Amino acid sequence: MNWSKIFALSLRHVYLIRGSFPRILDLIYWPTIQIFLWGFISKFFTLNSSIYENTVGIILSAAILYDFLFRASISYNMMFLEEIWSRNFTNLFIAPIRICEIITALTLTAIFRTLIGLVPAALLAIPLFNVSILEIGVPLVFLLITLYIFGVTLGLLVTSGLIRFGPSFENIAWASLFFLAPLGCIYYPIEILPEWLQIIAKLLPLVHIFEEMRSILIYDIINHFQILKAIFISFLYFVVGIFIFYLSYDGAKSRGTLINMGE
Amino acid sequence: MKLEAKNLIKKFNKTIAVNNISFEIKKNETLGMLGPNGCGKTTSIGMLLGLITPSSGEILIDGISLNSRNRVKLLSFMNFSSPYVELPKKLTVKQNLEVYARLYGVKKIDERVNEMVEDLNLKKFLNKKSGELSSGQKNRVSLAKSLINKPKLLFLDEPTASLDPDIGDFIRKYIEKYKKNNELTMLLASHNMREVERLCDKIIMMKQGIIVDRGSCNDLIKKHGRANLEDTFLKIARSEK
Repeated sequence: MNWSKIFALSLRHVYLIRGSFPRILDLIYWPTIQIFLWGFISKFFTLNSSIYENTVGIILSAAILYDFLFRASISYNMMFLEEIWSRNFTNLFIAPIRICEIITALTLTAIFRTLIGLVPAALLAIPLFNVSILEIGVPLVFLLITLYIFGVTLGLLVTSGLIRFGPSFENIAWASLFFLAPLGCIYYPIEILPEWLQIIAKLLPLVHIFEEMRSILIYDIINHFQILKAIFISFLYFVVGIFIFYLSYDGAKSRGTLINMGE
Repeated sequence: MKLEAKNLIKKFNKTIAVNNISFEIKKNETLGMLGPNGCGKTTSIGMLLGLITPSSGEILIDGISLNSRNRVKLLSFMNFSSPYVELPKKLTVKQNLEVYARLYGVKKIDERVNEMVEDLNLKKFLNKKSGELSSGQKNRVSLAKSLINKPKLLFLDEPTASLDPDIGDFIRKYIEKYKKNNELTMLLASHNMREVERLCDKIIMMKQGIIVDRGSCNDLIKKHGRANLEDTFLKIARSEK
């Protein structure tokens, strides 16, 4: 791994973000809207329901964590799409860079984009709704890492599709996370799902992450095994994602789609 | 650097884009790759750049096979410029050159970028976004990017396409000057026959995926009994075989 080349690839995206105020605004805008929306919805639930004592905190924490996953994945996809939109694909793939260096650069830079969007929104939730995700405590770090790995994995799968099918796969990039959201049990416990769907849902790390978040916030119980399970499943998908990315790259080289890929 | 293409074949499903072509470019030589649209030039260049996997055949650069194991090492000595491939539009010219200098492992980045800026007259629009440049400016920046790593093997795809005669001449002169002062093996794909005559030591003529003729410009003109390379090209392109 050549870290100087990884830095160069990251620098390209830092320059892109730094040079455009609307781009920064766009990164912050959506997470903030999410926080407002879910904050008010859950406040309404609190006033009209006694199921949870801390409905605002739970729903809003779930919204922030889900948005973290969403932003990580979208950031990864966006950085890749930027190369296609700017018709820079050929230049990128004839540069002396290893595929693992491209993956590493995108993975590391995605965190930068994700945090630009999410930190202001998470901070805003403290004075507005009296909710801080820091209340989850130390396990929050592991939950975020797990979400990040899974978000990047989804990014890897979508970018593999972009390499394989070209820019027409772009719509899938936007839809990918909405497809998984119902199975992720983000805002409700897994018991809500029909039994057969529960089996599928448990194969995703999201269920374990959000169940754990609720366990900590509602019952103040930390289930270390559940956290480990989530990390393990995420990591497994990540490895599969890398493998699929390499397969797509080799396939694209065989089909000749890397050359002149653009809008 | 010496480039050898041996029995290259590329099939896309049932279509044969490149059909068993072999050629060699000796160190410091410039080869012109000519042929009508769709004759397999882009596919051939794609294979030579490691972007397209040949269905069969071999590419050797200084005797080293351009396979996935040697790809990164060999690519650091190579580069490519084409008006159909752009640099990130939202980055300034300077930022783009810096990023690519880093990607190619250039040691003294500022020094090298400044050299390219001076040589190719980029100073006026150095801090302008690449997407805001005119075609002539874009081509010069693309050429700067392709020389940023002082390549030993350079691929140029229509470097003066859609440029006015003045800028076209500037670029051709610069390439000639650069080649004189540096060790550079070059492959030039172009539809501008005067450019090919001026820059290339020898040429290969492609048609329907195969090399139909090869030799120096003068030899080919003589062989086909034509007055210039353009007429020779037309004769070959319009012939039945």
